Amino acid sequence: MLKIDNLHVYYGAIHAIKGVTLEVQEGSIVTLIGANGAGKTTILRTVSGLERSKMGKIEFMGKDISNLPAPDIVKLGISHVPEGRRVFLGMSVLENLELGAFLSRDKKSIKESLENVFSHFPRLYERRQQIAGTLSGGEQQMLAMGRALMSKPKLMILDEPSMGLAPILVRQIFAIIEEIHKQGTTILLIEQNANMALSLADYGYVLETGKIVMHGRASELLQSEDVKRAYLGGA
Amino acid sequence: MTLGQQILQQLINGISLGSVYALIALGYTMVYGIIRLINFAHGEVFMIGAFVGYFIITLFKLPFILALIFAMIFCALLGIFMERLAYKPLRDAPRIAALMTAVGLSIFFQNLMVYLKWIGASPKAFPRVIEITRFEVIENVYLTSDKILTLGVALVLMLALQYVVHKTKMGKAMRAVSQDKDAAQLMGINVDSTISFTFALGSALAAAGGILYAVSYGKIIYNMGTMPGLKAFVSAVLGGIGSIPGAVAGGMLLGITENAVSAAGMSMLRDAVAFAILILILLIKPTGIFGKNTREKV
Repeated sequence: MLKIDNLHVYYGAIHAIKGVTLEVQEGSIVTLIGANGAGKTTILRTVSGLERSKMGKIEFMGKDISNLPAPDIVKLGISHVPEGRRVFLGMSVLENLELGAFLSRDKKSIKESLENVFSHFPRLYERRQQIAGTLSGGEQQMLAMGRALMSKPKLMILDEPSMGLAPILVRQIFAIIEEIHKQGTTILLIEQNANMALSLADYGYVLETGKIVMHGRASELLQSEDVKRAYLGGA
Repeated sequence: MTLGQQILQQLINGISLGSVYALIALGYTMVYGIIRLINFAHGEVFMIGAFVGYFIITLFKLPFILALIFAMIFCALLGIFMERLAYKPLRDAPRIAALMTAVGLSIFFQNLMVYLKWIGASPKAFPRVIEITRFEVIENVYLTSDKILTLGVALVLMLALQYVVHKTKMGKAMRAVSQDKDAAQLMGINVDSTISFTFALGSALAAAGGILYAVSYGKIIYNMGTMPGLKAFVSAVLGGIGSIPGAVAGGMLLGITENAVSAAGMSMLRDAVAFAILILILLIKPTGIFGKNTREKV
């Protein structure tokens, strides 16, 4: 579904992504793990059109989407839950969700999406009139995910959904990711919490300073001594 | 005339002047909100709006309302043009570059007007578009027809703006872009066209302000935008730059203050007071009345 081939991205003179190749099969959950600063976020931002690539190709459902403007990529069915949630803090929960369906003109379909989001996140329904800035961190993460679901994406990419959340909330968020996946959305997930990510995913890639150093079935990566030593906090 | 009547009269005058400041301040604040730029050429859009209105009324003999609408459309296009040509190429440049460009544009527009043969450097009498009649609201307190016109038009436009910003798709896109450009793009919002739209909206309001100002003062001149432009800037800062209700409140407050200073017999000091307010607000509460400190939540 998503194919990244030999991707190179620069930040000014810094060569941040040095020839990354990866693939996300339709219907799967793929995770990209790696230390802070390895370039995980940069890859996602390039996929969704927020950064330009210098070289390489990004293909989505057979279409070359390299360096397309971000709104066009949303239109094709990729929805990005950005790092740090980035909800619109000054707007209500409902307004945030409505913005998630910005490109849709079909009122009925927007209403359906809204109901779907509320079924995953009953909490958001309770808080729908509240200003997003007054939500807790966990609720803001739910809102960011709900907002991304509003466009009925084929592929949802999530950047560190567990960041800064209490363990119980992290488990809740991961359970919801699984629910969303079961409804037929393909998932590409970035995480520092490698253990949780690999337990959930089908396939995993390990990124180190802008390069993929290892990839394989998530269950195999979980058992790999190298991965354990570097990312799972144990030998 | 009692003191109470005098205060009420000055309040009416102040609100009328303040509503013009508010119309201009809205453009400052919206543009600042979306690209963090103080568009110092905004006062010139106000001036050009007044001139467009003047020509439509005198040359084409069209009624006031059509002149108003046409001037607003003209300036909206001018705003878009200005942004595309002058500011867009500088979007990733240091902020001071865009600010200098704004000051440059302001000087350019003023001199362009002087250079144009049918405009020139001398003032022109703005045609009387409304019969000036006085209504006695209560004993010794008067409302004149031009003030009613100013207040009425300003009020309608502010309500229309409120509707656009809160109820329409473009308005929602505007607010989203002003809060978080990247996140807005991830929603499918086209940032460039949203910025253009903001310039168009702000410039149209400035044009309306220019015409209303010309109606009250009876004459127009190439540098008429400088002072009201700066005053509107003070209003926007006073209310909290980036805040739409703040711009309206700031404009009203400044208009009332200025009139109070004049009424107290110190009309020579009215400009000084306006800028003293700017200095004070920057020293005491730089975020202004409605400005808020948004903190990130972890």
